[in-house]
Amino acid sequence: MPDGAYNYAYLDEQTKRMIRRAILKAVAVPGYQVPFGGREMPLPYGWGTGGIQVTAAIIGQDDTLKVIDQGADDTTNAVSIRRFFARVADVDTTTRTEEATIIQTRHRVPETPLQEGQILVFQVPIPEPLRMLEPRETETRTLHALSEYGVMQVSLYESIARHGRIAKTYNYPVLVNGRYMMSPSPIPKFDNPKLDRNPALQLYGAGREKRIYAVPPYTPVKSLDFDDHPFEIETWEQCCALCGSKASFLDEMIVDDEGQRLFVCSDTDYCEERRK
Amino acid sequence: MNSPLLSARGVTKRFGSRLACCNVSFDLWPGEVLGVVGESGSGKTTLLNCLAGRLAPEAGSVAYETASAGTVDVHCLSEARRRLLARTEWGFVNQDAREGLRMGVSAGANIGERLMAIGARHYGNIRQTASDWLDRVEIEADRLDDRPTTYSGGMRQRLQIARNLVSEPRLVFMDEPTGGLDVSVQARILDLLRGLVDRFHLSAVLVTHDLGVARLLTHRLMVMQGGVVVEEGLTDQVLDDPQHAYTQMLVASILPV
Repeated sequence: MPDGAYNYAYLDEQTKRMIRRAILKAVAVPGYQVPFGGREMPLPYGWGTGGIQVTAAIIGQDDTLKVIDQGADDTTNAVSIRRFFARVADVDTTTRTEEATIIQTRHRVPETPLQEGQILVFQVPIPEPLRMLEPRETETRTLHALSEYGVMQVSLYESIARHGRIAKTYNYPVLVNGRYMMSPSPIPKFDNPKLDRNPALQLYGAGREKRIYAVPPYTPVKSLDFDDHPFEIETWEQCCALCGSKASFLDEMIVDDEGQRLFVCSDTDYCEERRK
Repeated sequence: MNSPLLSARGVTKRFGSRLACCNVSFDLWPGEVLGVVGESGSGKTTLLNCLAGRLAPEAGSVAYETASAGTVDVHCLSEARRRLLARTEWGFVNQDAREGLRMGVSAGANIGERLMAIGARHYGNIRQTASDWLDRVEIEADRLDDRPTTYSGGMRQRLQIARNLVSEPRLVFMDEPTGGLDVSVQARILDLLRGLVDRFHLSAVLVTHDLGVARLLTHRLMVMQGGVVVEEGLTDQVLDDPQHAYTQMLVASILPV
């Protein structure tokens, strides 16, 4: 039974309805940031308040929830959010990507390909991809409305001029469905190709900025680039020290004070499955 | 070439009860440089902003002959069309280069911005074009990757001109392009502007309070006082034989060297 002191999934029904309306609008206009009346949640801004509200609005007792933080199921943030929903929404939780119907994530997309019917909920700190280039909200809205995205290309130009290549490695800007510029949240650019035409529904919730946006299943998502500097993902010379994978995103870990290093999969579930 | 490029009719703009410019009408023909002179507060910049679609006038209209789509009323266009026009067929050179430039990115990115805004996606080509334009405005090629913050005032102004002209506009609005620069730097910029106007067959509306600049660059002159055009005509004619008392005063106030 859910915790009796709270409404099901913590938020009251009116709030969940309001968030669902925002989600529907976001799905109808892929990549467009829909404002919503974000609520105070029992955790600080920056810890996933946006993602939690989206999850709370869509979760039901039949769902199976997986929560990851930087790809790992066992980090503090992931554990506490998972426990929160187990308590207030009485749902099953899992660490297996295939078993989950809702996956709330921070900073990663699971390595295991997602299926139709699964929902990926992203926690987003800064939903506006143009924010660092144009501080005025009125102006960024105009730029989105008129799809004037030259300024984003300018930032990539500047990166090449300065570093010889596009040096942005996370939160890499994408164009959704050929129309809206979108911040994919701070996932590594390694995960950008997974967003493209993904069979799962992607929902993005920004709690502090009170914005929701979405990428419906099978929607084209293009990472920006130049003709002579095409988009590239990170590569490693090493393979995972635990499972030997050469195809996954690797975290570098310092294991002693003598400079010994270890590369392991950042997606813990993927790594464990491969070791079975 | 039988219709004017830009045609203003009865342009009037108030700020509250204060009249900034009143009933201004003129035609600008292709290849012509029109100067607007007058003292501070005479409504020159407001007029320029109204012409460039940055301010909406209370009364009057501004018609522009586009390259392909016939004549349009600047203030009846959708915002999308107006902004497209502003970054393709028009240029706008601000008095303060910091307003017209992106100070946080390199000179190359500043020049390339318009190209990227209209769809250029080849880094090498954009960089080459930026480099060519840097050369045209007499800035050393090795400053291409430097930010405008490291540039001197005169170089910033030249960079701003390059950034505007890279899309090969047909009409350029200039608001005191040499204001606040020392005279030798002014002279170089005027020289440069004269060359570019000639080479690219530019039309321009130039706002200045400096009659010397007006004499050098403009073909025709409008003299404004208190928001009203008090005199207009060929530049040499207005400056050498001023009719209106205010123009006579302006011409008489030039300091002899």
